[in-house]
Amino acid sequence: MAEVIWGLATSHVPSIGAAMDRGKTEDPYWKPLFDGYRPAREWMAQHTPDVAIVVYNDHANGVDLDIVPTFGIGTADRYRVADEGFGRRPVPDVVGHPELSLHLLESLMDDGFDLTVFQELDVDHGLTVPLSIFCPDPGEAWPCPVVPLMVNVIQYPQPTAARCLALGRSIGRALETFHPDTKVAIFGTGGMSHQLAGARAGFINPDFDAMFLEAIETDPEKLAALSREDYIREAGSEGIEMIMWLIMRGAMNEQIRRVHSTYHVPASNTAAALALFDNRVPR
Amino acid sequence: MSTEPRFDVPGTPVFDGRSSRRGFRMNKLFMSLRFAENRERFLADEKAYCEEFGLAPEQQEAVLARDWQAMIDLGGSIFYVYKLAMMDGRSMQYLGGVFAGMTEEEFVAVMRAGGRTDG
Repeated sequence: MAEVIWGLATSHVPSIGAAMDRGKTEDPYWKPLFDGYRPAREWMAQHTPDVAIVVYNDHANGVDLDIVPTFGIGTADRYRVADEGFGRRPVPDVVGHPELSLHLLESLMDDGFDLTVFQELDVDHGLTVPLSIFCPDPGEAWPCPVVPLMVNVIQYPQPTAARCLALGRSIGRALETFHPDTKVAIFGTGGMSHQLAGARAGFINPDFDAMFLEAIETDPEKLAALSREDYIREAGSEGIEMIMWLIMRGAMNEQIRRVHSTYHVPASNTAAALALFDNRVPR
Repeated sequence: MSTEPRFDVPGTPVFDGRSSRRGFRMNKLFMSLRFAENRERFLADEKAYCEEFGLAPEQQEAVLARDWQAMIDLGGSIFYVYKLAMMDGRSMQYLGGVFAGMTEEEFVAVMRAGGRTDG
């Protein structure tokens, strides 16, 4: 069976990518965040996967509001880096892993998750910023191929948190029947608390974020039991992105080991966090 | 169409199916601004561009006046509205200030101090 070797939960704020692209990571504004990433980056560099499943959402770049897929999966050989309106990020295009994509698609469909298929997809900061957090200097190519798994978190009704955790568990089961010895990393992206519009814009909830950062490891069921309204109230209208972390968590073992985590306010208008988990805990 | 908020979370717009139906044409216009040639066409004649996309009169008015709050109220998704702001050289912190009723500098300072934790 394929094995999830680690899971990375991380914010995907576009300005984090811009700070790297423009060489600003040592600026006083950004340094604390990037210093916080360092131990996780060093550990991941020692544990390169064969393929990464990146759970993310698009932000009006790869898809528009003509079609709003709840869950989508890319099945392409390559994914172009999207031009979000200010030119493409100077990072490599993303190489796909169609074989794993199609295996996941078939297995998840049999398990009751009816995914939308993307044969062509431009990937935006939701996917490329987490890759940059994993690998700050990719050179000509990212360290491994990627399966993009897109979630609608922009237009209500988003999938429930419980459905996200269940999807993650189904991914975990699907990997059991994929090529042996394939080492898989899974990324859950977005969050933490933030709200971009409305009179409450700028809302940050460090208590909720701290609870979530702990429970994602120890009690994901508690997070899966929260309603959309709970997420919007407690984490802000865009903080509901955090449901995507539950897809990552569901694909991992019951017992996982926290390698490193960090939390910093702000990255632009957002509370930014990273939590890296080793899935290979002796049982 | 009801304008009742979906949830009782004050100051928190929820972009739902109703908003998306209402803002569909306007959000399409914003999406088109990802490309330089469309930005040029828009800037050459904003009104004509809005008409081409079939915006409702009040949406066109909001776009031309850069009334960011009205764009959200009329069905704009913040991620789409942001495309217009970017074209204008405006940051998400500027928009945050507009929505929260403060200047961009004040909003940035509030975020650097840990954000608005009293919501």
